[in-house]
Amino acid sequence: MAGDSTDLEARVIKVIAKTQRISAESVSIDSTFEELKIDSLDGINLIFALESEFNVDIPDEDARAIGSVRQMVQGIAQLLAAKSPQSTLGQEPA
Amino acid sequence: MRRVAVTGIGVISALGATRESFWQALAAGVSGIRPMELVPAGTVRFPNAAEASDYRAADHFDEKEILVLDRFAQFAALAAREAVRDAGLEWTEDLRDRTAIVTGASAGGQTSEDESFRDYYERKQTRFPPFAIPKAMSNAGASRISFEHGITGPVFTISTACSSANHAIGQAFWMVRSGAVEIALAGGSEAPFSPGMLKAWEGMRVVSPDTCRPFSCDRKGLILGEGAGMLVLEPLERAKARGANVYGEIAGFGMSSDAHHLTQPLSDGSARAMRAALADAGAAVESVGYINAHGTGTLANDPTETNAIRAVFGAHTEKLLVSSTKSMHGHALGAAGAIEAAATLLALSRGLIPPTANYLGPDPTCDLDVIPNVAREVEVEWALSNSFAFGGLNAVLAMRR
Repeated sequence: MAGDSTDLEARVIKVIAKTQRISAESVSIDSTFEELKIDSLDGINLIFALESEFNVDIPDEDARAIGSVRQMVQGIAQLLAAKSPQSTLGQEPA
Repeated sequence: MRRVAVTGIGVISALGATRESFWQALAAGVSGIRPMELVPAGTVRFPNAAEASDYRAADHFDEKEILVLDRFAQFAALAAREAVRDAGLEWTEDLRDRTAIVTGASAGGQTSEDESFRDYYERKQTRFPPFAIPKAMSNAGASRISFEHGITGPVFTISTACSSANHAIGQAFWMVRSGAVEIALAGGSEAPFSPGMLKAWEGMRVVSPDTCRPFSCDRKGLILGEGAGMLVLEPLERAKARGANVYGEIAGFGMSSDAHHLTQPLSDGSARAMRAALADAGAAVESVGYINAHGTGTLANDPTETNAIRAVFGAHTEKLLVSSTKSMHGHALGAAGAIEAAATLLALSRGLIPPTANYLGPDPTCDLDVIPNVAREVEVEWALSNSFAFGGLNAVLAMRR
């Protein structure tokens, strides 16, 4: 369902904005970490915030591979889908 | 300025509770990384560690002493005991007054702290034991060594995360070289295996899910270690005069700060510390044969360190032997530099360079001769030992045979 995907996107962007102390308007699904000035330590801190927000565990290797908002949304969607197999949130692997 | 000899070495680590067990494992390329036992399985995602599993506190301290000494301070005391015995020092009141103790410790007595905080927050115990504060202080190891040997000269502790021990040995070296003290006991100790501390490391996502493979392809991070290393430093002339065994000399010390980032290392800062150590020693780049690398096995450290080494050594890099003994004794944080200085001095004095264990194959971003898996018999004149800390603080020791 497209609505779920958009909600998820909005939630992820909200977490990014809050964690990075920037406005949600400045973050889009196509933003890269570089554009948002998210360095390696910020990235790990973001993963930590997302784990709490969605109550999921993000493996270290996946965490390292993430470099954009879109990858983050896709990764969270996959983890949520794995948590409840009936969910329609799952997307194609990045 | 006086030349400074190392006449005593004490080591406790995942490679055993003595200097000789340590050396035998290094020489054989045997890793001490095993399933973690000090905290319950499943506490954190990473199952392996380099614990000092041969160590039993009761073998070395009585019950009352254990009550007031955190594990990290016990390690410091035990390594210092072995180093002092090894050096064959004969104490006089005057010598005790002209002896310094400089220790490195990153987290200090946090295992005890974690336990007492759990008693309070989780078990709702409202009273703290009176030892909670003096057990947790980072200078507890240095103070214990001072009591045990009656050393009354300058005694202090340096805390610069993973560079702590190198900063400590460097300061002690300068004090002996300048004549500020006659003898120095210097090194570092660490005991990071508490549930709270391990959860914090898990949050940093730098600990490997399997083992530590510095400079190797498919490396996945560092492996936490524990233990202590202690060295006895004294003027070379004095050591010769009393017929002491000399492992080698501490000949130079260099420090720098990246002024860059909390956790992302910068090769320029590492390079400046190596150059400073060589300049302090008056050693030419071409004279160096071996580098005991910081070599944590993280994705960030190893290529950065490789670039730094190439920047300092240029064409001579091709002739350099570089290994990370963390592949065997783990990353002992505030003790790392001391354990690695011990490894470097033993390597120089015994003509055998320990390997980088657990090595699977080359990573093009770490194109150094890292002595994969098998020690190499080579007589080396000069060596460096690198420590680079979170917070961008770099400390490098230059040693000679």
